[in-house]
Amino acid sequence: MSNPVMIITEQRHDVFRNVTFEIASCGRSLADQLGVDLISLSIGKEIERLASELGEYGVNRSYVIDHELTEHYHPDIFTDVISRAVTTLEPQIILFPATGLGKDLGPRLAGRLNIGLATDCVKLEIREGKLVVARPMYAGKVIGEHQFRAIPQMASLRPNIFPVNRLHAGAKTNVEVIDLPIDESVRKSIVTEFISALSSKVDLTEAKIIVAGGRGMKGPENYKMLEELADLLGGAVGASRAVVDADWRPHSEQVGQTGKTVSPDLYIACGISGAIQHLAGMSGSKCIVAINKDPDAPIFEKADYGIVGDVMEVVPALTAELRQRLSK
Amino acid sequence: MNIIVCIKQVADTETRIRLTPDKKTIDTSDINWILNPYDEFAVEEALRIKEKGQGNDIITVITIGPERTTAALRSALAMGADEAIRIDVEDNLDSLATANLLVDVLKNFEFDLLLFGKQAVDDDNAQVGTLVAEKLDLPCVTVITELKLDQGKVTVKRELEVGAEFISTSLPAVLTAEKGLNEPRYPALRGIMMAKKKSVDLREGKADESKIVVTGYQYPPERKGGKIVGKGQEAVPELIRLLREEAKVF
Ligand SMILES: Cc1cc2nc3c(=O)[nH]c(=O)nc-3n(C[C@H](O)[C@H](O)[C@H](O)COP(=O)(O)OP(=O)(O)OC[C@H]3O[C@@H](n4cnc5c(N)ncnc54)[C@H](O)[C@@H]3O)c2cc1C
Ligand SMILES: Nc1ncnc2c1ncn2[C@@H]1O[C@H](COP(=O)(O)O)[C@@H](O)[C@H]1O
Repeated sequence: MSNPVMIITEQRHDVFRNVTFEIASCGRSLADQLGVDLISLSIGKEIERLASELGEYGVNRSYVIDHELTEHYHPDIFTDVISRAVTTLEPQIILFPATGLGKDLGPRLAGRLNIGLATDCVKLEIREGKLVVARPMYAGKVIGEHQFRAIPQMASLRPNIFPVNRLHAGAKTNVEVIDLPIDESVRKSIVTEFISALSSKVDLTEAKIIVAGGRGMKGPENYKMLEELADLLGGAVGASRAVVDADWRPHSEQVGQTGKTVSPDLYIACGISGAIQHLAGMSGSKCIVAINKDPDAPIFEKADYGIVGDVMEVVPALTAELRQRLSK
Repeated sequence: MNIIVCIKQVADTETRIRLTPDKKTIDTSDINWILNPYDEFAVEEALRIKEKGQGNDIITVITIGPERTTAALRSALAMGADEAIRIDVEDNLDSLATANLLVDVLKNFEFDLLLFGKQAVDDDNAQVGTLVAEKLDLPCVTVITELKLDQGKVTVKRELEVGAEFISTSLPAVLTAEKGLNEPRYPALRGIMMAKKKSVDLREGKADESKIVVTGYQYPPERKGGKIVGKGQEAVPELIRLLREEAKVF
């Protein structure tokens, strides 16, 4: 079977999100195992040049859907055009990122096309010609191995897990514009208002460094401290549920079972006890630092490095010391 | 108005999940079963709509699952739902098979709102609500944190990575509940007593073959952890050294 592996890309402000390169790299490896091509599908507006850059990551052909109506994500429009493109391109595997957009879009495509979808995967391989994936379940308490029984197969990939392989620096792919008529009337809902987020310049789920605060921060005013440290490190601020429930921080910053699942290179937990539901969201972090005044706090059992102490004292000291070293 | 809430019974989030020795399945012997927390938000929202209504709204809860899952229906009834349906299925189904089975039942229903949790906290698939909406060709908004009904339309709020949006759609509509939508009530004793008396409509389900099967489980790699660098701000230089030289994050 020569049907290709296909990735659906995601861009923001005219650049691909890093997770796009992660799924391209994963897709390349699956395509190699199957001996087939890797193709990409990008949806947006004026994105041809951008799509051509995917050659660097081993994409053989790029397809774009470029239309007034696809400039911003609308679930019904995207589902309509992508499902038609999938029917034409006949991929055997479809990969896309498990971002906010991907989580909303994925099941719509799966339903429309009647395809099995495995969400939020952390490992993918080919066994006997079919896709086998691993995905965290029960809030990460176990990892389930899932085997596909039918083709096509669709999987969303958790950001920050898969390594990026920039195979051919400077390589460009051929870009083919898929010219599909788009009928506005497929929209079953309309966005009546959009409020842009004030905080967090970096997305939590894609941040390489997260500075998270819990009830030990004592009050919303003290999060300045964490914002400062996060800014210095180019990271994002996260929060425990306790402080979100207390309205110190927005829900969009909550990490954990009922919040976001994150896997940054560095997670600094400040005044967070380490409840099982919090750990569910962050124990996939590559390196965990905990700052807590209670030496018996469960977070220390999961942390690579701990400092027993008062956050009000340790966090500013950490920021000052890092600022000094980074400026050197 | 007819409101339907699809609910699932799941393991309590506090429960330690243990695998059977062959790691092919989850050992369910010690599990404390609860109503999926996100479904609780959906049930609560239905109740609030009903409380604001004219008294002629009916809330029906539906679950697919074995006998034990009747308890989840009873929890929803105790909160105040009016009717309950259980589709009797023993096996673990994938999302698509689950959705198709729900669709079989929902096809013959008149409803205005069809509510789901955003995700079941056992399989963590976050798919079934949207799949059902697709199959029924209904408008669907996921992960909502606010809901307002107004003259045959519903407007909901969704939190995004980059902000929040308000979305409006006609009825009937499918919505999936995110944390923040409301604060679910605890059932009153009277509710619990009444729920015991209500009957559960039991139906036979014939599921499609799953396209995805779970073939085994593993525990996540243990984090070693546990290295206390020191006390107070004196420990900061050593922490930075370790992050640089050992963990290599800077
Ligand atoms: C269904 C369900 C879902 C949940 N989902 C989530 C979720 O998604 N995310 C989440 O985070 N929680 C979740 N929880 C809640 C979770 O169980 C905990 O209640 C919560 O994580 C506690 O937050 P915390 O660590 O900030 O607060 P606490 O547990 O109160 O811990 C505060 C910590 O700060 C330390 N401290 C206090 N003062 C200082 C100081 N000056 N300096 C240093 N340290 C200090 C204390 O020693 C303590 O360890 C969920 C619970 C349930 C039941
Ligand atoms: N077996 C089931 N019976 C009824 N509703 C379900 C079932 N499984 C999932 N759901 C609904 O679909 C939502 C999403 O579940 P999932 O896609 O499995 O994460 C849940 O929050 C429930 O509202």
